[in-house]
Amino acid sequence: MDVAGMTPLLALLVPVFGAAVVWLLRHRPPAREIGGIIAGLAQFAVVATMVPAVRDGGTVSFTLSTFLPGAPIELRADTLGVVLAGTAAILWVFTTIYAMGYFGTAPDPSLTRFHACLCLTMSATIGVAFSANLITLYLFYEALTIITYPLVAHAGTPEAIRGGRRYLAYQLGAGIAFLLPAIVLTYVEAGTFDFDPGGIFGPDSSSVLLVIIYVLFLLGIAKAALMPIHSWLPAAMVAPVPVSALLHAVAVVNVGVFCVIRVVLDVFGSDLVGELDLGLLTLVATSATILIASFYALRLDNLKGILAYSTIGQLSYMMLGVALLSPSGRAGAVLHLVGHSFSKITLFFAVGSIYLATHRTLASELRGIGRQLPLTMIAFAIGALSIIGLPPTVGFVAKYFLFVGAVEAGQWVILVVLSVSTLLSATYYLRILRSAVLDAPTLSLPGGPGDAAQPQRTPTVTERGFLVVGPMLATATVTLLLGIAPGRLLDFIRVLTG
Amino acid sequence: MSEITAAEQVGFPILSTLIFLPVVTMVALGFIRSDRVLRRVALGGAVAVLALSMLLVAGFHTGTADFQFAEQLPWVESMGLSYHLAVDGVSVLFVPLTALLVVVVILASWTSVRHQPKAHLMAVLAFETAAIGVFTSVDLILFFVFWELMLIPTYVLIKVWGIGPQRGRAALRYVLSMLLGSAALLVGFVLLGVGYRSAPGSGGALSFDLLVLMGSPLPAGSQGAVFFLLAFAFALKAPLFPFHSWMPAALLDGPIGMAVFLAGLKMGVFGFLRFVMPLVPDAFARHGWLIAVLGVVAVLYGALIALVQPDLRRLLSFASISHVGLAMLGLSSLNAQGLQGAIFLILNLGFVSTALLLVAGFIQQRVGSTDLAALGGLAQRAPALAAFALVAFLGAIGLPGTSGFPGEFLILLGAFRAHGWLAAIAVTTVILTAAYVLVYFERAFHGRVRSKVVGSTVDLRASEAITATVLGVMIIVLGFFPAAVLGFSSASVDDLVQRLGSSTTVVTTD
Repeated sequence: MDVAGMTPLLALLVPVFGAAVVWLLRHRPPAREIGGIIAGLAQFAVVATMVPAVRDGGTVSFTLSTFLPGAPIELRADTLGVVLAGTAAILWVFTTIYAMGYFGTAPDPSLTRFHACLCLTMSATIGVAFSANLITLYLFYEALTIITYPLVAHAGTPEAIRGGRRYLAYQLGAGIAFLLPAIVLTYVEAGTFDFDPGGIFGPDSSSVLLVIIYVLFLLGIAKAALMPIHSWLPAAMVAPVPVSALLHAVAVVNVGVFCVIRVVLDVFGSDLVGELDLGLLTLVATSATILIASFYALRLDNLKGILAYSTIGQLSYMMLGVALLSPSGRAGAVLHLVGHSFSKITLFFAVGSIYLATHRTLASELRGIGRQLPLTMIAFAIGALSIIGLPPTVGFVAKYFLFVGAVEAGQWVILVVLSVSTLLSATYYLRILRSAVLDAPTLSLPGGPGDAAQPQRTPTVTERGFLVVGPMLATATVTLLLGIAPGRLLDFIRVLTG
Repeated sequence: MSEITAAEQVGFPILSTLIFLPVVTMVALGFIRSDRVLRRVALGGAVAVLALSMLLVAGFHTGTADFQFAEQLPWVESMGLSYHLAVDGVSVLFVPLTALLVVVVILASWTSVRHQPKAHLMAVLAFETAAIGVFTSVDLILFFVFWELMLIPTYVLIKVWGIGPQRGRAALRYVLSMLLGSAALLVGFVLLGVGYRSAPGSGGALSFDLLVLMGSPLPAGSQGAVFFLLAFAFALKAPLFPFHSWMPAALLDGPIGMAVFLAGLKMGVFGFLRFVMPLVPDAFARHGWLIAVLGVVAVLYGALIALVQPDLRRLLSFASISHVGLAMLGLSSLNAQGLQGAIFLILNLGFVSTALLLVAGFIQQRVGSTDLAALGGLAQRAPALAAFALVAFLGAIGLPGTSGFPGEFLILLGAFRAHGWLAAIAVTTVILTAAYVLVYFERAFHGRVRSKVVGSTVDLRASEAITATVLGVMIIVLGFFPAAVLGFSSASVDDLVQRLGSSTTVVTTD
């Protein structure tokens, strides 16, 4: 058997072993958590070994089983898949470390479930990243839905269960109502499920049907949170911060965008998307989502809510980049997929750190907190700058490419959309930062010693230990590094950007 | 249509052995007094049948549409009757499925059936004999004999060991419905046998042999009457909407064991595949739209009613009606995907329905009710039961990665090709299925504990856990490796599609 061909399978199985280890070590924390971290590192290493093989457009494939005649369950790693898998794997490691600091390491069964589900989430993410055809993609896509449900409803409170139910209803509902028919119709029309750069539809396909299929795909891939299928994302914010950080800034939403990119590039192909004006359709939908989400975030005070709507907008940036159908647009999209993951997870980590230190969850409660939690707010600032798109962060580079892509495509309206939304996100992020750094810390801890006494007597607030601060600073550093030296990543994805 | 004899393949009449081994076990049970020994002997007999059916699976040639393991003895030669048994790709896997379900039912009755265990086990084994006979007979009248034979143990099982207060009525209703169908079935079969007389090469003789009749089908113009007679009989058995009213009654008031057979072995759908489609193909193709429409209506009706059922057993009976509708939609698409999907779906239901009914049984035993009003929070007290239920429920939804998915997916593929808009309606049911299944699961297993009994519930015992694991593993393995099952039926299905004169392309296995 071809050993090199096994690496995609290995990448899929490492987290499954990780889950088994977590379960076996359930009575021995922190060995349980360390098991998860080692699995994450191992997964990253496995994904990294594929880099040389895929960098010039090569693939590594492995057939798991003949699922249906002509439709195997097949894993095939290519550039795009490795980008998604690598990002998810390394951020899984950081999240696990962060979760040790956030939840502590009690031998609590709910924490064992948390870490085991986290492992399996990674397995499903890798499965999506390396899917060679629509059937395999659908299999892992739905598996991701099921396995993340316990994470969303982690707290077990009625509120958490309500949020989880909404999450599940949206994901399963859209998956079955739109994605499944889209896949079936694709097969009826194309006669194959296999991804192929350049598209799989024949020249004599009915264009009406193709448009219907495309729209079904956009509606069915709920994980990309394109409006109006977005409201699961804010609902899922009932999850604890480490879950939101990994799932709703990285794994789940990236999978959504990734699926849309796959559909555009490898099911329809850029040419067909352009011919049928589907690119334009996508641009309109994503632009609307970007603007509405930005305006909505402006009105919110809840930090996680702001991040949720900011994420909805940023995901549409990525899809917009691909829909521009220009090389720079694609470069911007993929760069933003990676960069946004690191930036947004930094912001989530910072929000979690603020919550741990002060039990505050609202933006209006953060006055002067920059002096009490300097490291947290430095990380927050880096993440925010990146999301706004200011140098020297990765967000700037990604936005630069998106602007160039819009010019290349001659889409001047998109330039306006991007500018307006940049201004809006600058408004809501900079407002938080200004208040955190410049205002005097007058508010006291709710329920703390200063609550009843004079408001001037501020209680001491300090950062939570290294396990919380470390991952946060690490992801902030990557956000900066990718901004200063994006060359290697750009070089790696040159197959996509032509 | 040719056949390979059992003598060539295994050297002994394996199908007859499978049919009559349960009878031997029954006789042995007659001499045993001790309850403990009784159950063990019955289980041993059932396991032996299961093992032997595995031999059937192992020896089966998958590349051909030929009938296999055939054995034929003269019966009433003047009337063209013979004792003729054989299996092909359509029927072969139903034999091990039946054998497995019998083992499951005997295990499930271990602690739950206290009343007259000997008679109960004998009835279950009698059912096994009749069911395997139904799946392996290729003589129409022989099939009919086994078909009728099945009524007796079914009636007794519902009437005597039913758990509902209305069990007597449910049993009677079942038998009367089936007898009505049987009358139509017999007339249809006789018309087929008599019709053969005028076929070229018959020499004026009667024949009730499936293989002979397939060789010289009725003229397209005179297939209509036979089609409607047989379709009525099998639609009643399936049950296909609007002939389903016996089903909820039997599932609600009958014992779990009988429910497993009624919901797990889709003999009505099998009847369509075995007799209606090959023997009156032109009529089936012509009236296929009717089957498709009834199928879609059933799919929607079953799912909508299931949505408002607070009781798991009633919910499952309507879910079953909905699933049968989907299978019929697959058959009516007349192409390989649709047929393969339908066969896979009904095999899968053997596992999924059984698993769900066992869940219902486990809950019934522990809480005394499967009504949501009495449940809630079960997962805290019985996590293993909850996990088993979750796998079964996900299988019922047809989520990818479970055995529910491939069948459903293939049916949608076939149906979209054959009649686009009907398939689009059928898709909506999958969402409804997800809704009723998840709502029930969440309210029964999560949430607030609503009765004292739930609070003291114990989790699965070791013997129950073994059954649950076997079914759960089957649901997941078939979800990932459906090609193994589809390989058995593909040659026979391709042959059947050709018979149906469909112009759609034939899918062949790689």
